[in-house]
Amino acid sequence: MSVLAYGVAAWLLFVGLWGIVQSRNLVHLVICLAVVQAATYVLLVAIGYRVGAVAPVFAGVRLGTVAVDPVVQALCLTDVVVGTTVTALLLALVVQIHKRTGSLDPDSLRDLGE
Amino acid sequence: MNVLLGTALILVAAAGTVVVVLRDPLRQALAVSMFGILLGIVFFAVQAPDVALSEIVVGAVALPLMILLALAKIRGGVQ
Amino acid sequence: MTRRTRLRLFLVSAAVLAVVVLAGFGELPAFGHPGATFGTVLNALSVPQRHITDVVTAVNFTYRGVDTLAEEFIFFAAVTAVVLLLAPGDDEHADHASDAATGRWVPQTSDAVRVLALALVGPTILFGLYIVAHGHLTPGGGFQGGVVLATGVLLVYLAGEYTHLHGLYPDTVVEGIELGGASAFVVIGLIGLAVGGTFLATWGPLGQVGQLNSAGDVPLLNVSVGAEIGAGFVLILSAFLRQTIVLRRHPPSNASGSA
Repeated sequence: MSVLAYGVAAWLLFVGLWGIVQSRNLVHLVICLAVVQAATYVLLVAIGYRVGAVAPVFAGVRLGTVAVDPVVQALCLTDVVVGTTVTALLLALVVQIHKRTGSLDPDSLRDLGE
Repeated sequence: MNVLLGTALILVAAAGTVVVVLRDPLRQALAVSMFGILLGIVFFAVQAPDVALSEIVVGAVALPLMILLALAKIRGGVQ
Repeated sequence: MTRRTRLRLFLVSAAVLAVVVLAGFGELPAFGHPGATFGTVLNALSVPQRHITDVVTAVNFTYRGVDTLAEEFIFFAAVTAVVLLLAPGDDEHADHASDAATGRWVPQTSDAVRVLALALVGPTILFGLYIVAHGHLTPGGGFQGGVVLATGVLLVYLAGEYTHLHGLYPDTVVEGIELGGASAFVVIGLIGLAVGGTFLATWGPLGQVGQLNSAGDVPLLNVSVGAEIGAGFVLILSAFLRQTIVLRRHPPSNASGSA
């Protein structure tokens, strides 16, 4: 199970990176970046997991029940929302690039001086 | 519970691969929505309901929406 | 650098990264290990100390509140940047709102979609408010509830025309709400500084565990965060929608006919 959980995080990281490097379309590139971000969420939440534990919410649950780590969940929670906003920012950049240069190919974005 | 978690993790890896392999951003938007839902299931199975709620709302609704709006602007400008 | 050279370079550096990642993952404790002390201590302390049953919210807004403030400001900056980037350029003018790429016929929104979307606006916004308000009791809070509220606004756009969206939620009001949410967070933190001695110290009546008005200032923090996140996403939506639907580029000079 360790291999599966951490392995999926590593797999998502490398698959996303490969997608970014060989991308021919800027929108495709931004979406692959979102996949790389998901790899970090999986890793963080997997680190906090405890076998046989419940969620860290004690509404109606007896105090003292073993629960998973709440700190990594707090990190992931804000990260998910803010990460999507940064993706929106990148998409706005892509829209402007398309308006100025007319193409979406990263390889054609050579000269910034024009 | 372990079977659910293992299956969900494998499905997430497969969905991530599909998202990267697809070329057309339009198809990718729907694949990203599915990826978000599967990720939400993984988070539920790891006993993280807050993160799952966040991921489902953002990854299945807000993210594909913004991708589609950006695509509509890009294709709308092609005259 | 040609594309092939770039890919080969990536393969080399990815191999190095893979070695580092695998070495690092090998040092991680096994999946499902008993866990670090900090988490166990917080799980035990959150209810007696703060009367909060959702420990993740307690971590986000009291024990590690400053990190949430920083994330809020990243969000604020990103929303500002999106609105600035998608502002109307010098070579664009506001046309009448028409949801079509050139030459494409867009069918009228079907009545079924309109009725369903309109019927869902109320429950969605109510659900979003519920998630924001109960953040310190059950899973939820300002971040998730804010995005659900923004989804309710999106349903208005799906149900009607873009002009209705713009009329119902004018930009100045939405920007005011976002600013109010961000400022309220800081003001509540400063009150905590005045009352408790540290920034974002919990002040206010702690109340009874499980009641809605318990846990001091955490419900107020949740509401402020929910307002900011919801308003921020609505601003992003409006910026993208305005670009897609309303703004048209000036045709190149010498072009005849309409766009």
